[in-house]
Amino acid sequence: MGLLSGGEMIARALEDEGVEYIFGYPGGAVLHIYDALFKDCKVPHILVRHEQAATHAADGYARATGKPGVVLVTSGPGATNAITGIATAYMDSIPMVVLAGQVQSHLIGEDAFQETDMIGISRPIVKHSFMVKRTEDLPLIIKKAFHIACSGRPGPVVIDIPKDLTRPDAVFEYSYPKTVKMRSYAPAQRGHTGQIKKAAKLLLAAKRPIIYSGGGVIMGDGSELLTQLARKLNYPVTSTLMGLGGFPGSDPQFLGMLGMHGFYEANMAMHHSDCILAVGARFDDRVTNTVDKFCPGAKIIHIDVDPASISKIVMADIPIVGPVHSVLAELLTQIDALIEKDQAVPEKGALGRWWQQIEEWRAAQGLFTGRRYGESDMIMPQQVIQSLYRATKGDAYVTSDVGQHQMFAAQYYPFDKPRRWINSGGLGTMGFGLPAAMGVKLAFPDMEVACVTGEGSIQMNIQELSTCTQYNSAIKIINLRNNNLGMVKQWQDMQYEGRHAMSTYEDSLPDFVKLAEAYGHVGIEVKKLTDLDGAMDAAFAMKDRLVFLDIFIDPMEHVYPMHIAPNGSMNDMWLSKNERT
Amino acid sequence: MRRIISMLMENEPGALSRVVGLFSQRGYNIETLNVAPTDDPTLSRLTLSTVGSDLRIEQLTKQLNKLVDVVKLAELTDGAHIERDLMLIKVRATGAAREEVKRTTDIFRGQIVDVGPTVYTIQLTGTSDKLDAFVAAMAGAEILEVVRSGVAGISRGEKVLSL
Repeated sequence: MGLLSGGEMIARALEDEGVEYIFGYPGGAVLHIYDALFKDCKVPHILVRHEQAATHAADGYARATGKPGVVLVTSGPGATNAITGIATAYMDSIPMVVLAGQVQSHLIGEDAFQETDMIGISRPIVKHSFMVKRTEDLPLIIKKAFHIACSGRPGPVVIDIPKDLTRPDAVFEYSYPKTVKMRSYAPAQRGHTGQIKKAAKLLLAAKRPIIYSGGGVIMGDGSELLTQLARKLNYPVTSTLMGLGGFPGSDPQFLGMLGMHGFYEANMAMHHSDCILAVGARFDDRVTNTVDKFCPGAKIIHIDVDPASISKIVMADIPIVGPVHSVLAELLTQIDALIEKDQAVPEKGALGRWWQQIEEWRAAQGLFTGRRYGESDMIMPQQVIQSLYRATKGDAYVTSDVGQHQMFAAQYYPFDKPRRWINSGGLGTMGFGLPAAMGVKLAFPDMEVACVTGEGSIQMNIQELSTCTQYNSAIKIINLRNNNLGMVKQWQDMQYEGRHAMSTYEDSLPDFVKLAEAYGHVGIEVKKLTDLDGAMDAAFAMKDRLVFLDIFIDPMEHVYPMHIAPNGSMNDMWLSKNERT
Repeated sequence: MRRIISMLMENEPGALSRVVGLFSQRGYNIETLNVAPTDDPTLSRLTLSTVGSDLRIEQLTKQLNKLVDVVKLAELTDGAHIERDLMLIKVRATGAAREEVKRTTDIFRGQIVDVGPTVYTIQLTGTSDKLDAFVAAMAGAEILEVVRSGVAGISRGEKVLSL
């Protein structure tokens, strides 16, 4: 291997790591690196318009492909702008490597121009971080960063690189390590066989079982095995917001999403179950409602690669630490063996009664498909998602921002495949949807990619319409426009007697059609229900254009069901403005 | 309940801040903290004491173990162990107090390590309880300064925390 500068090492290491895209924004501290990328690097660089968007785009790419997203930003404001995106990836366990420039080594600590303590600022929101001290350490550090980001419970890793370590005139031997071993980092490779045996027994003895599937099933590539397991046993499956698509959404065994805005039948079945198989889920507060009242009759089997996720909030009766994929495979083997020995398990009669009960719940409070209240010509948000589902035949990648539109998309677009539903579940980051869609579209240019958003969220990273112009990102933006910060307004309606404190824009919204056109895209305004399907089809017919559908919806609509809090349990829900369980 | 957690971690910059940061991030308190390199210069030994229920401490140790810099961890209070805290205490030593301070120091098997015309500096090692007791016994004297190392500890018998 020839001699390389630090900047060249980074360019070469990213190639050697098999990176497909770098999402970034240049600046003083990373100019040596950018020059190296410019001169000789096979990895294309996507220039965003704000560093937050670089992290979200890398994140969207990572969620859709399962490969790590790569971000390159400069020091100071470049690094701090990336923070929200790093936190978003951290909360949802997304593999990401962020290369951040730093001021020259001798200036560190002197409040130099564009200096910030990136390692310090990012510490609570990264899986790990590295401060590079010597140029020759770069290849090993980059290898370690990718290894840590992608293995175990994935997460973002930051590498802080002082500018002087990348200068072109200081060259060193380069070789990229093939593997890396760290004495202090060894994530579990398989689950405990004894525990898995116990779990198989408990699962087969259950009379009212339910499978509670989380984002870990998707990140851990466990969807196929989970589906196999659920179908073999004919057990009902519910999924978290992050886990949608882990089990086919259109399968009758699927009860829908659970939790705060979960389906009635999913929350009821959880509450009344006697055995919960939690896979790659973390009993988040948006799932459990009041923890003390959570599923009082249920024994809990909890599979997770992160031991700290187990018994953190709800005590597990059978904890199993290990990668979802290998644990599910072993669990299936154990279950097969038990069924072979005793054909009577699981007991068909009890399971039949359980399904009968679930079907009754489903029939009583299935999701709303028409108008819930009032008479108006307004389009209901749910109808928009249903129209999107129809136009894309249920096979699109759907990214979303955060708010009511996110919940409507999660409820009304049943995802049949993993990695199709891409949203910020843990951190709840408005502004995520558009840049995430850019990352997805780059990974799958021939697939339909829709960004379901609202006029609040979309404006948080609207500048990325320019990036979409530069890279011809033919995304379809589905803007559910209700002229309010909808979810804020919903809470204000429900808990603050309708005082809409700062949740409206007072007619200051831009003309989104003109705005889209100003960036060189297509904008379509939709105000009537009768125009909805036509506009949706027209948008998706424009294969190579970004289309911004500005769809005016009923501003009065709320997301239901909604957990009743505080002090409610899983089965305490508002079903509409005036009906509750 | 009071717990002593001891860990080996990579002797790298930033490692300590990750451990300390975890405590504030997750709402735990550190009562005492002690850290220094070991015989292996690539490893630091960190010992901390905290207070919490079994559940909370279990979650805390899991979170600490997740830190990439933490190589190995043990809760010393799980078994028989020896713990030591070192205190240097400077007290006013004039008149009758001078003799009284000396006597109390002897009773506690402390050592006077620095003598001035009007002050004594006393060194005392032992459990945190013993050090607390000494400070209480000194209530009659004028205490000028107290510095404590925080708990360091080691398991009894064959049990070792090493790689």
